[in-house]
Amino acid sequence: MLLSLMIFVPLLGMIVVLLLPRESEELIKRATLAFTLVPLVLAVVLFVSYDRSSAGTQYFVNVPWIDAFNINYHIGIDGLSVTLLLLTALLGPICVLASWRNIEKGLKAYMALFLLLETGMLGFFAALDLFLFFVFFELTLLPMYFLIGVWGGPRREYAAIKFFLYTLFGSVLMLVAMIAVYLNSNVINGVAEGVRTFDIPTLITLAGTTGHALADSTFQMWVFLGFFIGFAVKVPIFPFHTWLPDAHVEAPTAISVILAGVLLKMGTYGIVRINMAMFPEGLAIFTNGVGFWGNSLALLGFINIVYGSFCALAQTDFKKLVAYSSIGHMGFVILGLAAGNSAGINGAILQMFNHGVISAMLFLLVGVLYDRAHHREINGFGGIATKMPVYTGITTLAFMASLGLPGLSGFVGEALSLLGAFQEFELITILSTIGIVVGAAYFLWTLQRVFLGQLNPKYEDLPEINKREILTLVPLGILTIVLGIWPNFALDMFSESVTNLVNVLDAI
Amino acid sequence: MEPLKNIESLAYFSPEILLVVFAAAVIIADLLIKNRESELVAYISLVGLGCSLVAILITNSLINSNEPIPLFFGMIRLDGFAVFFKILLLLATAATILFSLRSEELDARLKGEYYALLLAVTFGMFLMASSTNLLMIFISLETVSLTSYILAGFLTHSPRSSEAAFKYITYGAVASGTMLFGLSMIFGMAGTGDLSQISSQIASVLASGGVSTLSVLIAITFILAGIGYKIASVPFHMWSPDVYEGAPIPITAFLSVASKAAGFALFLRFFHVGFGKPEILQSIDWGFILAIVSALTMTVGNLAALPQRNVKRLLAYSSIAHGGYLLMGAVLLTPEGLGAIFFYLIVYLFMNLGAFYVVVLIANEAGTEMIDGYRGLATRAPLVAGAMAIFLFSLTGIPPLAGFFGKWVLFYAVIGEGLYWLAFIGLLNSVVSLYYYARIVKAMYFETSEDTNGLSFSTGTFALLSVFAIPTIFIGLLNIFYTFSDKITLQ
Repeated sequence: MLLSLMIFVPLLGMIVVLLLPRESEELIKRATLAFTLVPLVLAVVLFVSYDRSSAGTQYFVNVPWIDAFNINYHIGIDGLSVTLLLLTALLGPICVLASWRNIEKGLKAYMALFLLLETGMLGFFAALDLFLFFVFFELTLLPMYFLIGVWGGPRREYAAIKFFLYTLFGSVLMLVAMIAVYLNSNVINGVAEGVRTFDIPTLITLAGTTGHALADSTFQMWVFLGFFIGFAVKVPIFPFHTWLPDAHVEAPTAISVILAGVLLKMGTYGIVRINMAMFPEGLAIFTNGVGFWGNSLALLGFINIVYGSFCALAQTDFKKLVAYSSIGHMGFVILGLAAGNSAGINGAILQMFNHGVISAMLFLLVGVLYDRAHHREINGFGGIATKMPVYTGITTLAFMASLGLPGLSGFVGEALSLLGAFQEFELITILSTIGIVVGAAYFLWTLQRVFLGQLNPKYEDLPEINKREILTLVPLGILTIVLGIWPNFALDMFSESVTNLVNVLDAI
Repeated sequence: MEPLKNIESLAYFSPEILLVVFAAAVIIADLLIKNRESELVAYISLVGLGCSLVAILITNSLINSNEPIPLFFGMIRLDGFAVFFKILLLLATAATILFSLRSEELDARLKGEYYALLLAVTFGMFLMASSTNLLMIFISLETVSLTSYILAGFLTHSPRSSEAAFKYITYGAVASGTMLFGLSMIFGMAGTGDLSQISSQIASVLASGGVSTLSVLIAITFILAGIGYKIASVPFHMWSPDVYEGAPIPITAFLSVASKAAGFALFLRFFHVGFGKPEILQSIDWGFILAIVSALTMTVGNLAALPQRNVKRLLAYSSIAHGGYLLMGAVLLTPEGLGAIFFYLIVYLFMNLGAFYVVVLIANEAGTEMIDGYRGLATRAPLVAGAMAIFLFSLTGIPPLAGFFGKWVLFYAVIGEGLYWLAFIGLLNSVVSLYYYARIVKAMYFETSEDTNGLSFSTGTFALLSVFAIPTIFIGLLNIFYTFSDKITLQ
């Protein structure tokens, strides 16, 4: 009940916001903020009250929805999903605050779409029915398309449709795989009996039953691929990544934050929840099978890390730099997941959360600068540390966290991922560390070019970061420090679930 | 059940009779009314449709336990299948009349004829949905075609409209001629026109070597030409973009929904009842041929829609593509496929008619059918733009809109039969279609027009718009729409 409330409060908020008069902008903003604070409070309640010692799903609701296909409204949380729900719910009000002053037209529609987006994201992380999961996954597409396309930068139309087409292409493959899973869900030893099901926990059990059609390794390989490509577009994994820099550069600040903070995690969350848990045999073919394909998942992670980092190094647009650095950092998640052992998966999930927090900070910071200077050209600044000392301090914190300075959160996740990966793929892991070096290079170089050196005379009157903007950054900054020192705060949440998953993977 | 005799059948035929009565009433009323501005004839037509709907529901209650009632010595049949299509067609006609009331294209002097013809074409479509005899099939098809030709050319001052009617006649004449030839071949081989006996008759003459399989193949291919023309499937689709573009917008909407639905009704009954038993034509893989036609239809429709700048023409190509999606459900003649077609037709009725209604509104207010005319609509008419976005994304198949669930049941039926390749082509087509539907959304939401004056619409307009938009949002989310089709079977 608590969980359903959390998912649908933003949807209710959307209806309320739509009914408010267009002119009362303050009211609309306050209402939206209130409707995003409710899920945050509920997420904190769930996070605290979640029984950490048990790996099972909690707070589940399971009621029939479409009988003809045995589709149920089945939601629930485990350690992994509650962590990501907290991240999503936290970024909700932050994004509303970040949109407080810089949405110049159609504020009402913007806020309504944002609330719809939040319902889609929260529902996705809570869904335990494959069909429901897919519907929530797709529900994020429409609001995102409009949010980028209407309120974005100069090439917004191109970026919006590119995002939409890429993601839809991925979902199409997922849909075929999903139908295939459903059709085979009642076939045991070649005989179909009983009802078919979309229930994720049930499907996971069936996929581990000897003789069941879902347990067949060739079948698992194909459906694994279908789902994987769907999620890979979202992560994004090379070569499906080209929509991301465009979308990020054109999207308004708050939407970039959501995109990097939550939407990319939907891809990796899907890989853990569906690909790894449901199709371990398929996973095995791409992680520790024989031959070239055996390392393909780790290789993709490696390519993401190195390619993303080098691309980031070459950027002169601040936002594009952060976007490419996102691609690089998501590579660590893929690498950790490919390892398939406890350290790797724990590290990957922690990295998902940390990257959500850090990249959100980075995009917020870029937004702060852009609102003042109206450009993002790295070489066009210089020496602004003298004018904006507080801003410079927070940016340095975010940069350090992102480049993996020990003591800050970015380090723990990446280190654990690499630790796990090293046990499985030594060479690839060693080569992947190039990404860390390059990461340090581009962040420090950016720091130097933007903040240090001679003050660019154009920016004599640059105003300091204001209280509202600081308010959006402080919770995230605290999280990076806390999780850097005390990672168990988050790790405890999902380590039990991960142990279960590793046991399943080891049994293959 | 024994076929009913003519007089006994009349009671069961009351929906059709009522349509004819009201068509006559419209003509008479038109003679008596002097005021050319009067909309009375349209309202008479609507009342006629309402009476017919009541009659349909009453006759439906007479069908007990799925036992179809053969009427007029077995020429037509009253069953759940026919009732479903009659209701669907009736709703489409009612919507068309409401569109026509608001359309400014139509010639006020010809109102009487216009509405009378609309009722007549609906009558023909009712027959298409219930014919069980080869002769009746042809007559009903011709009734619909002849009236449609006139309706397509109804804009007497517009050369485009006349061209549309002329093309429609030319293609139609060839197609129905070909079909008639095919029907006569089948009649010659089977010695009967009764669909339910054809399969066994042909099976026995094939077994005795009286005719070759090739001649059956040729006959059915010829018949498919006629049906394919009606549902605008490749390669018999050529007429439809020109006709849809030239015809008055309400008629385009009508042709793209009602005419297609009636075509599918005929197609499904012909194949399910006439050739439902696979042993008749073992040597020919009909499923495969239909799958190819389906794949080609949706691909050609979608690819041709991509470069269009005229919204009406774009929707014409899109409706060809949707015909292709619908054909997926017909490929293997399974109950799941049949149910999927029913479900998709309901969804398609609302989303496609809704989209065409917006085209009517914009043609009236902004005076254009081009995509450029939709620029900045989000600020000029936010509700209309919002509704259009819902219709277009539903046509694409984006959840949680009904179009997604419609496609879901179709793809499910196809994959259930192992035709992964066809589902895959269908899904890729959905991705392609997003591009052109989104072009209209882009114009409405992402672009601005020089003319920023708000467009004002009446309350009735918004009410009608929500009649289409609300089901487009909710049909897929509700359980009941998935189960009703279990009760409809074809025997």
